[in-house]
Amino acid sequence: MSEEKKSTRKQIAAAKPLKKLMADYFYEMDDAAKTGSKKIAWCTSVGPAELLRGMGFLVYYPENHGAMLGATRMSTELIPYANALGYSPDICSYLTCDVGSYLQKKTPLTMAYNIESVPRPDVLVFNTNQCRDVQDWFAWYSRELNVPLVGVHTHRDIGEIREYQIKDIASQIKDMIPKLEGVTGEKFDIDRFKEAVGYSRRTSELWRACLEEAAAIPSPWTFFDATIHMAPAVVSRGTKVANDYYELLLPELKQRVKDGVAAVEGEKHRLYWEGMPIWGKLRPLSEQFYSLKTCVVASTYCNSWIFDQLDPDKPFESMGVAYTELFIVRDEPYKEQYITDCYNRFKFDGILFHDAKTCPNNSNNRYGMPERLSEKLGIPVLTINGDLCDLRCYSEEQAKTNIEAFVEQLEEG
Amino acid sequence: MTDKIEPVFAGVDVGASRTKVVILDAEKNLIGHAVKKSGTDFTETAGVCLESSLKMAGISKEDIASCISTGYGRKNVPFSHETKTEIGCHAKGCYHYFPVSMTIIDIGGQDNKVIKLDEHGRRISFKMNRKCAAGTGAFLEEMSARLDIPLEEMDGLARKSENMVELGSYCTVFSGTEVLEKIRQGKKVPDIVKGLFLSVIKRVLEMDSLTDRVVMTGGVVAHNAYLVDMVQEITKSEILVPEYPQLTGAVGAALFAMEGEKP
Repeated sequence: MSEEKKSTRKQIAAAKPLKKLMADYFYEMDDAAKTGSKKIAWCTSVGPAELLRGMGFLVYYPENHGAMLGATRMSTELIPYANALGYSPDICSYLTCDVGSYLQKKTPLTMAYNIESVPRPDVLVFNTNQCRDVQDWFAWYSRELNVPLVGVHTHRDIGEIREYQIKDIASQIKDMIPKLEGVTGEKFDIDRFKEAVGYSRRTSELWRACLEEAAAIPSPWTFFDATIHMAPAVVSRGTKVANDYYELLLPELKQRVKDGVAAVEGEKHRLYWEGMPIWGKLRPLSEQFYSLKTCVVASTYCNSWIFDQLDPDKPFESMGVAYTELFIVRDEPYKEQYITDCYNRFKFDGILFHDAKTCPNNSNNRYGMPERLSEKLGIPVLTINGDLCDLRCYSEEQAKTNIEAFVEQLEEG
Repeated sequence: MTDKIEPVFAGVDVGASRTKVVILDAEKNLIGHAVKKSGTDFTETAGVCLESSLKMAGISKEDIASCISTGYGRKNVPFSHETKTEIGCHAKGCYHYFPVSMTIIDIGGQDNKVIKLDEHGRRISFKMNRKCAAGTGAFLEEMSARLDIPLEEMDGLARKSENMVELGSYCTVFSGTEVLEKIRQGKKVPDIVKGLFLSVIKRVLEMDSLTDRVVMTGGVVAHNAYLVDMVQEITKSEILVPEYPQLTGAVGAALFAMEGEKP
């Protein structure tokens, strides 16, 4: 009988400094929240972080907290408390588990860093480019904590990006400045803002380069690794800290490629992951794919923190472009072409679509895309049902069998 | 019954509802088989089924050259040499009986599968039902309990229907409520049972399109042949069914064993 082989693979050395980076990030914020030394903005992960960094805010990301709640499997217990307040089990489980976490005064930060609670915000800043749920999420905190709420309302289903869309987003970002100045009590400094945009641009370049190392055969790392190592691109974007980290990670990945180090020993198959991670099941999924000699080499998800249109010389406009050209706000033809381009670059043998019950915006299997891409690219596709944080929506046995059968199908050729 | 020892091959399909074991001889003849409720001890049930199958074939365990297990409990079979998914085994079993390109509809106790094969028997695609048990054997089991009708009588009742009652709900529990409502309205039991069958068929047909020849397998089909007649009527095409539809996955597993797909 074959049992799933436990992962014995070579660890990524940069994981250690990553741990320190994350600890420092949370300790700095915890200290600021306690002492009032710096203002804290809560921001959506694909929100206008550069503006906030450029105005001297420390930036906290509730989505990152949601992912931590998911990864620690605290989320499934906490979601029902938000459901009981009238927030449906069908809406974003980041929202519901995070609100549940607040209500129950439980956070994974306590276990990880001995931090009692998430930092209290001075302002809440959202961008609806991911979904409408983020606005409702932050609005709940705005009412609960009596904290100002500002945001960017994005365009959706975008084919070719139009000038008016960029101008609109740029002007919405500009419009936030007076309100944010009201929070910081300081005048907006364009040079500081440009510096943050420059850092963010560099982070994007480095992060893209890291992800593209997975084009190597065998791949030096997997989607599951990248979901962990993307943290600085999310939380430290717009600072030098993130760049320093990826300056460290990138050469390590390049060296792995040079040395032929395979993230999945004996890599036989390569897959693309479309949709959200299943945070509470990263390890078992990673181990199952490892045992099946299948490497998930690329994903739309990890690519979503590449904003290489950012340009410090045109900070507002380039933020408008960067936050409008994102996969998640684009139309179906664009998305299909995007995955096709990834197919050409990463040479995968199949695509796995994760249909996340509470994340329709990031579940691209629901309008026939798997079937269309399968026909276009001539590769098989698989859809598994699950969720980012609500494990009540996930049948592990069904998912495992589906994945195993999918790899069997790949073996048949 | 034979005293000649030939290499024989075993396939064990430990499903969520029933465990099925088959023994094939070297000519791929089905010489032994058994079906039993999987229960709570998959290992023991698989062992009991194997014993029955060996007895039927008139051979002993030592005669088995290779054994492959499949199904939800595939990893709970200590005497199997390798595991395969039930998707692969159903495909293998169906292609053995009908070597054409096909769409397989397997209705099991707890999950449904729609599997497409090309003319060489290679899998093109497959889909399993989503999380819920709508359209599976579990749905019919739940309804038979609600209606207090033995499962084995449902097929005969459905055939007697003259004015089928359609049920609208997607959910097994809500369907149960709907059934109670129909009873209150005085609808006839055979008409309700046929409505339940149609509900199963609708859940399956919405999983995927049907292409090429359609083959139906699984325990639900084995015990409710009228379902096949209904699908034929709905799709206006002839449906193929193997001789022992419930054993198809186990047969596929035994065929894999025969091909030497073992460590």
